[in-house]
Amino acid sequence: MTLFIAGSAYGWAILKGNLSAAMLFGVIPLTDPFHVSQMLSSLVIPASEAFIGAIIVFAFYAVIAGRAFCGWVCPMNIITDAANWLRKKLGIIDTAQFNRDVRYWVLVLSLGLSIILGVAAFEWLSPISMLHRGLIFGMGFGWIAVLSVFLFDLLITRNGFCGHVCPLGGFYALTGRFNIIKPKYIHERCTACMKCIEICPEKQVLDTVGKKSGLVLSGECINCGRCIDVCDDKAMLFSSRLH
Amino acid sequence: MIERRHVLINTLRGFGLAAVGGALWGGFVHRAKAAPLILRPPGALPEKAFLAKCIKCGICVEDCPFDALMLAKPGDQRPIGTPYFIPRKKPCYMCKDIPCMQGCPTGALEKALLTNSDQYGNEMLNINRAKMGLAVIDRETCIAYWGMQCDVCYRACPLIDKAIEVEFTRNERTGKHAYLAPVVKSEYCTGCGLCEHACITEKASIFVLPREIAKGRSNTRYLRGWDKEDEKRLEDVPKETITKTPKSEQSPTDYLNQDNF
Repeated sequence: MTLFIAGSAYGWAILKGNLSAAMLFGVIPLTDPFHVSQMLSSLVIPASEAFIGAIIVFAFYAVIAGRAFCGWVCPMNIITDAANWLRKKLGIIDTAQFNRDVRYWVLVLSLGLSIILGVAAFEWLSPISMLHRGLIFGMGFGWIAVLSVFLFDLLITRNGFCGHVCPLGGFYALTGRFNIIKPKYIHERCTACMKCIEICPEKQVLDTVGKKSGLVLSGECINCGRCIDVCDDKAMLFSSRLH
Repeated sequence: MIERRHVLINTLRGFGLAAVGGALWGGFVHRAKAAPLILRPPGALPEKAFLAKCIKCGICVEDCPFDALMLAKPGDQRPIGTPYFIPRKKPCYMCKDIPCMQGCPTGALEKALLTNSDQYGNEMLNINRAKMGLAVIDRETCIAYWGMQCDVCYRACPLIDKAIEVEFTRNERTGKHAYLAPVVKSEYCTGCGLCEHACITEKASIFVLPREIAKGRSNTRYLRGWDKEDEKRLEDVPKETITKTPKSEQSPTDYLNQDNF
């Protein structure tokens, strides 16, 4: 994000654009594959540059990094982490819990509405886009949407937006099933302190913890590495499918 | 064990929620994209196609050397995340190399709309082909139409004597002066807004509107028969005429013989 903002404000040429579409070093196009999928489902074929960009980004996440966008790139992380931190400080418990699969419904709706409306539907109210665009080009009233996400995560459901609703997260969860880099759990070292489960924003992916060693295979894992940071027993580490 | 009934009810509930959510969402987007009064960068596709193709990345905004382009923020009352400009604040200075269009990754700003090819098939960018909007003059507030001398818009126009001409007519009120009135030619006007930017009245008396809004359209019943170009409009007309009200069976003279005449 810093590179984007500097690119806009000082004319640096490393990254230009925003998280919807960008140019790396002025030559390599990078495009949000979910945005392009919505475009395609609204029966619009973008110019090859955007298309290639989407394939590059898609391939990177699908083959290598998994759902790392959510853990490492998305600026909404800062907002929801702040909400989580405050939630912990204030000792707020969930007022509502709902199914994490809601995001897949929202994902299907995004694509379906794109067909009906003829425009990429999610991009008209995506608080993520409002945030990254806002940071680079000016917020306007976008802060209201971002504040809503913050309050939702703070007061209603823990990880409510990123872990339950966000269709972009859902998209990367679906594409991030077969990528190479995954966290690995080593049962022999584990002392069952459950710190990893405590910290994990997608707890359901750590279903093998305390049971048996293995890679965390679920696509819903955002590869954030918090479980690895928090583990005192070196029972969690980044590994790859290749060995 | 989960009962079949619960599964069914839960599925239905899911579909119900999705339908309600989808309706609200769709309605919102439908409203949000209907903002007709917006001027797009040069080379933009027609508004509907533009909205479908623009990926809202802002590269055109960053590439604009004059910072004329802005990206619509929530609260701007314009389709969110899409580029636009307000000529009165900052017009399009019509760069020859059209950097905004060059940067567009999706083709929402289309190169073909701004390209000329010469007789050897070489393609050259031509910003003068841009159709961002159309300048419209309010003759009641334009001081040149009052009879005062002002040709600021005419001088500001990058296509002087093409897009804006000055027409001379006699000023009957004084009897010895001429009106030097600016007139916009839609054929050439690119909608860059340099005229609007330059206009000296407090609120601009010449201003750019989207072409869709500024222009009327006549159907093929009215043709300029003396104009070969205009007759081409007949080419797409279907041979058979479709009338909604049925034709009378009677001959035109019959009504003269009717009793009540």
